[in-house]
Amino acid sequence: MSSAFPTSARAVVIGCGIVGNSLAYHLTRLGWTDVVQIDKGPLPNTGGSTGHASNFIFPVDHSKEMTQLTLESQRQYIEMDVNTECGGIEVARTEERMEEFRRRMASAKSWGVDSARLVTPAEIKELVPYIDESILLGGFYCPTVSVVDSLRAGTIMRERGMENGALQVFANTDVTGMDVEHGRIRRVHTSRGTIEAETVVVACGVWSPMLAKMAGAHIPLTPAVHQMIDVGPVPRFEATSSAIEFPIVRDMDVFMYERQDGVGLEIGSYAHRSILHDPEEIPSIEEAALSPTEFPFTQADFADQMEHALELMPEIVGNESVGVKYAINGLIALTPDGMPLLGETPEVKGLWSCAAVWVKEGPGVGKSVAEWMVLGESHIDLHSSDVSRFHDHQKTRNHVKARAFEAFPKTYGIVHPSEQWAGERGLRVSPMVAREQALGAAFYEAVGWERPQWYEANASLVERYGVEQRGAEWDARWWSPIINAEHHAMREHAGIFDLSAFAIFDVAGRGALDALQHAVLAQMDVPVGRVVYTPVLSPGGGFKSDLTIMRLDDEVFRIVTGGAHGMADRKLFADALPADGSASLVDVTTAYTTIGLWGPRARDILSSVTSDDVSHEGFPFGRCRVIEIGSQLVLASRISYVGDLGWELYVPMEQGARLWDVLWEAGQPHSLTACGIGVYATTGRLEKAYRAYGAELETEYTVVEAGMQRPTVKEQDFVGKDAHLRHREEEPAAILCTLTVDDHVSASGVKRYPLGREPITLRDGTPLTDAKGRRSYVTSAGAGPSLGKYILMAYLPPEHAVEGSQELAVEYMTERFPVTVDVVGARAPFDPDNTRVRS
Amino acid sequence: MKVLVCVKRVPMTGGRIVLTHDEQAIETKHLGFAVSPHEECGEEEAVRLVEANGGESVVLTLGVAEAEEQLRDAMAIGVDRGIHLVTDGEEWDPEATAGAIVEAIRADESASGPFDLIFLGNESADSGGYQVGLRVASALGRPCATGIKALSVEGGSVRCEQEFGGGRDVYELPLPAVVTVLEGLNLPRYPSVPGRMRAGKKPLERTEPARPASRLERARLVVPAGEAKQAAVLGHGADAAAAVVDLLEQIGVAS
Amino acid sequence: MNLVLVEHTEGAPTDVSLQALALAAGLGGETHALLIGPGAVEAAATVPVAVAHVAEHPSLQAFAPDAWASIICTLAERLGASAVIAPGSGPATDAMARAAVRLGEPLAANVTAITPGSPLLLTRVRWGGSLLEEARLHSGRALLTVAPHSVAALAPAAPGSVETLTPELADADLVVQVRDRVAPPAGGVSLADAKVVVTGGRGVGSAEGFAPVEELAALLGGAVGCSRAVTMSGWRPHTDQVGQTGNKIAPDIYIACGVSGATQHIAGTKGAKRILAVNTDPEAPIMSVADYAVIGDLHEVLPAVSAELRRRRG
Repeated sequence: MSSAFPTSARAVVIGCGIVGNSLAYHLTRLGWTDVVQIDKGPLPNTGGSTGHASNFIFPVDHSKEMTQLTLESQRQYIEMDVNTECGGIEVARTEERMEEFRRRMASAKSWGVDSARLVTPAEIKELVPYIDESILLGGFYCPTVSVVDSLRAGTIMRERGMENGALQVFANTDVTGMDVEHGRIRRVHTSRGTIEAETVVVACGVWSPMLAKMAGAHIPLTPAVHQMIDVGPVPRFEATSSAIEFPIVRDMDVFMYERQDGVGLEIGSYAHRSILHDPEEIPSIEEAALSPTEFPFTQADFADQMEHALELMPEIVGNESVGVKYAINGLIALTPDGMPLLGETPEVKGLWSCAAVWVKEGPGVGKSVAEWMVLGESHIDLHSSDVSRFHDHQKTRNHVKARAFEAFPKTYGIVHPSEQWAGERGLRVSPMVAREQALGAAFYEAVGWERPQWYEANASLVERYGVEQRGAEWDARWWSPIINAEHHAMREHAGIFDLSAFAIFDVAGRGALDALQHAVLAQMDVPVGRVVYTPVLSPGGGFKSDLTIMRLDDEVFRIVTGGAHGMADRKLFADALPADGSASLVDVTTAYTTIGLWGPRARDILSSVTSDDVSHEGFPFGRCRVIEIGSQLVLASRISYVGDLGWELYVPMEQGARLWDVLWEAGQPHSLTACGIGVYATTGRLEKAYRAYGAELETEYTVVEAGMQRPTVKEQDFVGKDAHLRHREEEPAAILCTLTVDDHVSASGVKRYPLGREPITLRDGTPLTDAKGRRSYVTSAGAGPSLGKYILMAYLPPEHAVEGSQELAVEYMTERFPVTVDVVGARAPFDPDNTRVRS
Repeated sequence: MKVLVCVKRVPMTGGRIVLTHDEQAIETKHLGFAVSPHEECGEEEAVRLVEANGGESVVLTLGVAEAEEQLRDAMAIGVDRGIHLVTDGEEWDPEATAGAIVEAIRADESASGPFDLIFLGNESADSGGYQVGLRVASALGRPCATGIKALSVEGGSVRCEQEFGGGRDVYELPLPAVVTVLEGLNLPRYPSVPGRMRAGKKPLERTEPARPASRLERARLVVPAGEAKQAAVLGHGADAAAAVVDLLEQIGVAS
Repeated sequence: MNLVLVEHTEGAPTDVSLQALALAAGLGGETHALLIGPGAVEAAATVPVAVAHVAEHPSLQAFAPDAWASIICTLAERLGASAVIAPGSGPATDAMARAAVRLGEPLAANVTAITPGSPLLLTRVRWGGSLLEEARLHSGRALLTVAPHSVAALAPAAPGSVETLTPELADADLVVQVRDRVAPPAGGVSLADAKVVVTGGRGVGSAEGFAPVEELAALLGGAVGCSRAVTMSGWRPHTDQVGQTGNKIAPDIYIACGVSGATQHIAGTKGAKRILAVNTDPEAPIMSVADYAVIGDLHEVLPAVSAELRRRRG
């Protein structure tokens, strides 16, 4: 560390916590030299969250991405010999929690953590003799849970990076500023000097927003407190020889954990009120009494927790000679949606975020982001952690804090996959909102947009169409039989949909065609007035997105994509623009609203309000053109994500309500029904086996495996072409199939409805694993009302991908329900010849 | 036995002290609070004496409402009840502090009998006036020994040890007495969880004394400039050994 | 005039007493000294004041703070002293506080500077020296103790004259009196007197980890100290603790190993002539008060230094 301070670097990594250390190491491992890592604190404990982390790893998470990152991290900790396997038990005091454990078992099996199992109170007592099992109903035990030495791991990784001189590390170095020129990072100013660099990574944990702000970018997280105390010496632990010999216990129903820490017992709590701080409040190392991220303990917030800990472990906690030796309000980083913040920031080229990452996924994140930086993509799909996913409102401090405030009490909570946020609602409201409210819309929120999931006004349709209520409360939560009824109404007559949440970008200019040609799989040199549906591939040939592009003019293309991934897609295309400025991208998301009109009566309705030719011959499928509806010019696009005849209709935002009213009135004689996103995003598309990005489509699966390969590959070069060509030559390791549930009835006599992510197994419960080591699991689940079936989509190994096969089951809440393989590949179960769509 | 220990809530500072803008106080926004290590020993001694002899222990503080935290901390290690003289945050000088404490002691003693022993810290961690204990003792007409690092109660008197020179001076005071103590008197215990839980329910009496004018009046606080030293690095790791011994020889302590 | 309580040892005024005299000189006017107890007469011979008053009494062989206070008050009133100043030592502060009660005046302890006036403006020490306070003293008679080592001492010199007095002491003044002297619990070189002090902080890691610290201290004939973090962890007894609430040291060299340098610790080291810090962190707070530093792990550095010492001794 006595070398001269560099004036330039290939990359500057700011932060020497677990994440920064891992990233710096993996960058050098992948071949980068001239990497400089800095931190304002000392080594090895820089004073950030890593320094006081509880350091334990519970691998099973409902999120595949988090589980993969965690398992990868654990592999690295084991390789570095800093991993102590102690096992971990999540214990239940309530029946609701036991049900959640059964759900955990599904995730364990889907992600390949096979040693996990449910345990009885007696078994818990055997594993953790100092527990009072009489207050428990059971537990979820994972023997591979471990404790790691994150500081040691960080040191090892830094030293490896420094071994060949590829990495230089400078502690006690403050970053004082950053320069951005023409939208690209240029240099970092520090207390030791200035470094010219075109790649800078902010891996600063709770301080990250301040660093990002220096460059004019956003890293939306907020520091938050979680309390922990240490009691000891514990007589029982004095006999043990290592730091941890008993499994870690998570007392889930009271949001606490207890673990042995040498001769002490560490007790942590996520049960207190949400306590948020601003990054600017964090004291410097000199000012802090402990470390900057160890705030003074607030005893009042731990009052109930002492009782709970006493209830669970009276032998230790009730022992008067066991003293409370250490107590802090520790700072951790929380994000608006609970996922990390990784990737190049959309605001500043070359400025990367690697923040809001826990010790349990640190090394995995470091490796993945390094792969992304060096190779162009990471082995693990990081789309849920992509820092470019945020819409503007999500970057505001107020929103970040509000969501973190609401999310914190759910840290150990039971969170339904469709659970809606209570706060920060009504931020983005469609022009049709008044009509929707009048129809009793059940608004669900997606990236700030309030979208009707279904309409209470359609309640009478439930009986008309004989839709069954779901018997189990969990399955029926955040759902309504009205969805299925609306679906029927659409298929029988027509449905009108509010699609305001679409993200829409116009790419225009001389270079627009070439830019898009290079970015997407499909052939883009189509006649003006064509709509192209296309996947967007990663360099490895997996899915980065799927969307539609309309050629509005020779040099004007309109990209339409789902709101949820819209911002990541926007960055993708912005990055694809040519350097010579011959093409530009304009975000017109909030300039246009979209109304969908589909169903057998759609043409009847539309033709009654326009004199333009909307016959099948006059307006074929896959075309787009401007038509006149009353006093409105409407861009009509004849495509259908719900698999029925109809159009997407685009008008300027301020005219949306008018268009809705016109269509509504025209639709009444045709029994037009307002239909919500429940139909649009689930029932409609599942019957048609339409894939969804983030469900079936990820970088982990190829176009061929998803059954979406076209007859030919365009001759122009595009991202992922080489890989895609290779995939077309190979046998797919898995094939995306549509399955149907044969028998829903559970052992208790109640019909159950899997909601997604459950493992597909043999009838005896054996999981299916393909040649690439991937488990078969439900990527999407939902009703196919027109089929009268409940549909699951899953990738199956070829030997099991046999139509009509009845050897498989879906494991839901640890019960197995038989399934049939209805379709292998992309053929639609409903209307396979697409007669409706092309009528 | 009836034993009283008086404590003062002080911030737990780190490696650097930062003042508020008006230079009247330490910036405590993200600091925790505790009592001085001397007073912790006083609390521990009080608890031990009552454990050994029966009776009751009481903790008292003159401080802001939040100082209840420190009283509950004392109760968590076994002190039976607390007396909180609540202030508004303005600083009380040693005379005023002693006056309020004396009044509270008199009130408590007339209600439930005299305190055999009253412990205070030899000096507070922050203002370091070194006199409150003595003033309290004088006002009550009781003997007082200061800077005590060991004590034992024998019959009706207390034997106290005070460090001086290379040894310890021994005092013997008849009870009731006042003793100001130093860290090292004993090794204070940590509270147990049950102790903490009980502390929340123990009795606490509050009054709000009026603050008299200060005769030792703080004008402002100043962080000392320090010498702005730049430590000369003699070397790194074991390689520095020769340079270190050179220095020791130069100073004349090497042989 | 100003009256200064002068402590003495081995027939001479203490250093801090000479510092108190210097502070008194800053007030202007005549300065008298008061010396009490065995050896006072001999010590009075080198106290640089106009008059050195020596109090003798058969009951004052052992320190009795109330008796001292009585003597101070009687003399101050007789002389009409406008200020009474004492060194900031334990016994002197004790006596001064009792005197303040008797005189009905406030006492300002650990003063580093004064500006005459009404009210008297003074600077005094807080937080063991990590903070200073500027204050106004409203009193008829200023009572002050001087913070050790904050004022340059006057040189010893003969007083203008020496007067003895025999105080009248009440029985009540002798209730609090030293009855006995005992040895301190731990043996070895006293930290307060040691010329060399080697301390270990949290960086030592364990009680056993102190072996290299002890070894080096032994080789240098010095004392072993520790920070509060070490005492709180139970690795070493409080008697070894250096800091605001522990021992105050004044060695020729203080070697701080694995000590971060919190203000409360530094408060105990103000008397050290030189500080050598051994630490892995070049920016630890101790580095801004240290004269010398070795960047490294104490478990590697200290054994190497000990080995080098042995090698040179042959």
